[in-house]
Amino acid sequence: MTSERAFTLDDTEVEFEPGDSLLTAALASDRYIPHLCAHPDFSPHGSCRVCLVEVDGHNRPACTTAAQPGMTIRSDIEPINVMRRQLLQLLFVEGNHFCPSCEQSGQCQLQATVYTVGMTDLHYPPLGPRRELDASHPDLLLDRDRCIGCELCVKASSEVDQKHIFSLGGRGTHTQLIVNSEHNQLGETDMTPDDRAAHICPVGVILFKTGNYAQPTGQRLYDQQPISAIGNHRAEDVDLPPTP
Amino acid sequence: MDDAINSSSPRRVVIDPVTRVEGHGKVVLLLDDQNLVQQARFHIVEFRGFEKFIQGRPYWELPMVVQRLCGICPVSHQLAAGKAIDQLAGVITLTPSAEKLRRLLHFGQVLQSHALHFFHLASPDLLFGFSSATEKRNIFAVLEEYPDFAMKGVKMRRFGQEIIKAVTGKKIHGLAVVPGGMNKHIDPAEVADLTAQVNEVIGWSQEVVNVARELYLANEEYHDRFAQITSPFMGLVDATGGLELYDGNLRVQEPDGQLFIDQFDPNDYTQLIREQVKSWSYMKFPYLIDKGQDEGWYRVGPLARLNACDQITTPLAERERQRFLLGYATPRQSPLAYHWARMIELLHCAEAIAELLPDNDLQSGQLSVTGEPRHEGIGVIEAPRGTLFHHYQIDDQGLVTQANLIVSTTSNNQAMNESIRRVAADQLDGQEMTPELLNQVEVAIRAYDPCLSCATHAVGSMPLQVELQNLAGQPLAVLSRDSSGNIETSSQ
Ligand code: SF4
Repeated sequence: MTSERAFTLDDTEVEFEPGDSLLTAALASDRYIPHLCAHPDFSPHGSCRVCLVEVDGHNRPACTTAAQPGMTIRSDIEPINVMRRQLLQLLFVEGNHFCPSCEQSGQCQLQATVYTVGMTDLHYPPLGPRRELDASHPDLLLDRDRCIGCELCVKASSEVDQKHIFSLGGRGTHTQLIVNSEHNQLGETDMTPDDRAAHICPVGVILFKTGNYAQPTGQRLYDQQPISAIGNHRAEDVDLPPTP
Repeated sequence: MDDAINSSSPRRVVIDPVTRVEGHGKVVLLLDDQNLVQQARFHIVEFRGFEKFIQGRPYWELPMVVQRLCGICPVSHQLAAGKAIDQLAGVITLTPSAEKLRRLLHFGQVLQSHALHFFHLASPDLLFGFSSATEKRNIFAVLEEYPDFAMKGVKMRRFGQEIIKAVTGKKIHGLAVVPGGMNKHIDPAEVADLTAQVNEVIGWSQEVVNVARELYLANEEYHDRFAQITSPFMGLVDATGGLELYDGNLRVQEPDGQLFIDQFDPNDYTQLIREQVKSWSYMKFPYLIDKGQDEGWYRVGPLARLNACDQITTPLAERERQRFLLGYATPRQSPLAYHWARMIELLHCAEAIAELLPDNDLQSGQLSVTGEPRHEGIGVIEAPRGTLFHHYQIDDQGLVTQANLIVSTTSNNQAMNESIRRVAADQLDGQEMTPELLNQVEVAIRAYDPCLSCATHAVGSMPLQVELQNLAGQPLAVLSRDSSGNIETSSQ
């Protein structure tokens, strides 16, 4: 018996509240759909496309598709996972991701999603873009090489911190994270380590200058459990700077 | 040495690995007009790129990034970089917990590396002879003919790796070293597990020292002569002149046993050694400044350390050190004595691990401290293959502006060339090249345990090419061996 406010996700019923997207409803029922740019505290904009699902035979992003009664959603099927892997591969080659030495390794949502979706190589030739590292801030580091353009820092800084420090500039593969200051330098802004924007990056772009590599290998967020089991945003709880 | 270039009618013999899949090296032998070997040039493709690559990166990434320099001794690079970034973070003295965890990690690393080298790479040569068939010169043949002995090697290596895993979280490329300390303690269950094994490992280490000694002494005169050269030796020593692998001062010992320099602060290493660039090599040639470019080359590694130190703190290894030097008024010089010295160090590591494991500081206590950041940091340790220097400068924002790394193989660069020259001089008869030459060059190179990707090929199948050239650079004859051990000769 299908309830009035429910859809099926990979043959299991998922109930939803009015206004829910497919992604919010699925996550609320502990059903994982891979995603990167969506965040429960901010309005979705469907930019990363990783949450792609098949909705009644058509491919749609789960984060911006409103849940409707009786929908048939297929997520964990090979044709969709193939596309997700391609999207993730493109995210990798469009930046400069060197996971082995990246501080975010083991706590990174992109890396954890890659593992969950089963991407095992880059497939495409790396574009190797030149992006500025910004260490001008006394407490924070901006490593643009790893930016995936999710805009979560942009939203957190404007909507929560009310500081409007970040924006995205450029187009296509030339898109870059911009600091809204005279010389595009984080050190020129009033950003602080307590800002929401300092904690929201799903990858290894916005990092602290102290307490680095404090999480031992094997004890990092996604060392123990996959992102499909513990979700995306727990990482925000573990990257707090150490108490001096 | 480079005056060989100007000698009359030099001919060149080129020894070149055929495959470049894992990097390559090349040996050039310069012959004078009497067909005497004047010079050996061992070309090594070094990772100089790393020094550039890490410029502009935040300094706290260094231990993680530089450990990727090497798949064989990543922990050594992690620790040397770690010591340097302690200084960058303004930390001079670590907490007891951090210091002991790092030492334990280092002993585990040296133990597993030495076990790997001896059992996998050196023992086939030593057990079956340098000229034995290629099929025999590998760990599988040792496993077949000496299964008990070979299995102990495998288990000892695993023990070292378990220590690395206990301290860093992974057997390879884990990370525990952070600016000013470590990021975790060792788990009590892991301590219990390691403690249960360590006495057996000490027993095996004693056995393998015996094997190394007996193999050496069984043909001592020949082994003493093989690829023998004479050089000073460098290594870290503790405050009393004892063997020190993690942290100490530099000592350089003359070939006659006298001390050239002692208790030299490694932070001042640029006043002790300088690196020479030669047009034919990617790898630099470090030399002792006071001895000059031509005479100042030296050796590092197990042989250097055992010769140079006054004692070893652990009793079993100390007894073996005394046996090693018994009857020798001056330091042992033969490269093959490296193998024996290496096993004495392995025993020392096993004993030192046993001493450290019961220490509560490994399981509790403050892990790191902070200090007033600085712009320059130098980290020097004794890696399995010898003294390893990491030197960094950073800007006000914490980004690396300058990096200099002197890896152990670089310090042994000239020594390897000299040993190859010695072997070639003994082996070459006119322009007649034999497969034996390939074998012996390989055995000489392996004694130094160089950090070369080509040296990780199975023994007896290091891809090599010997090429004899005349003055005009035209090859006269070629002798090559591919990675399957097939040998080909051709005359031009
Ligand atoms: S940000 Fe994530 S994916 Fe990118 S290098 Fe770091 S760990 Fe890897």
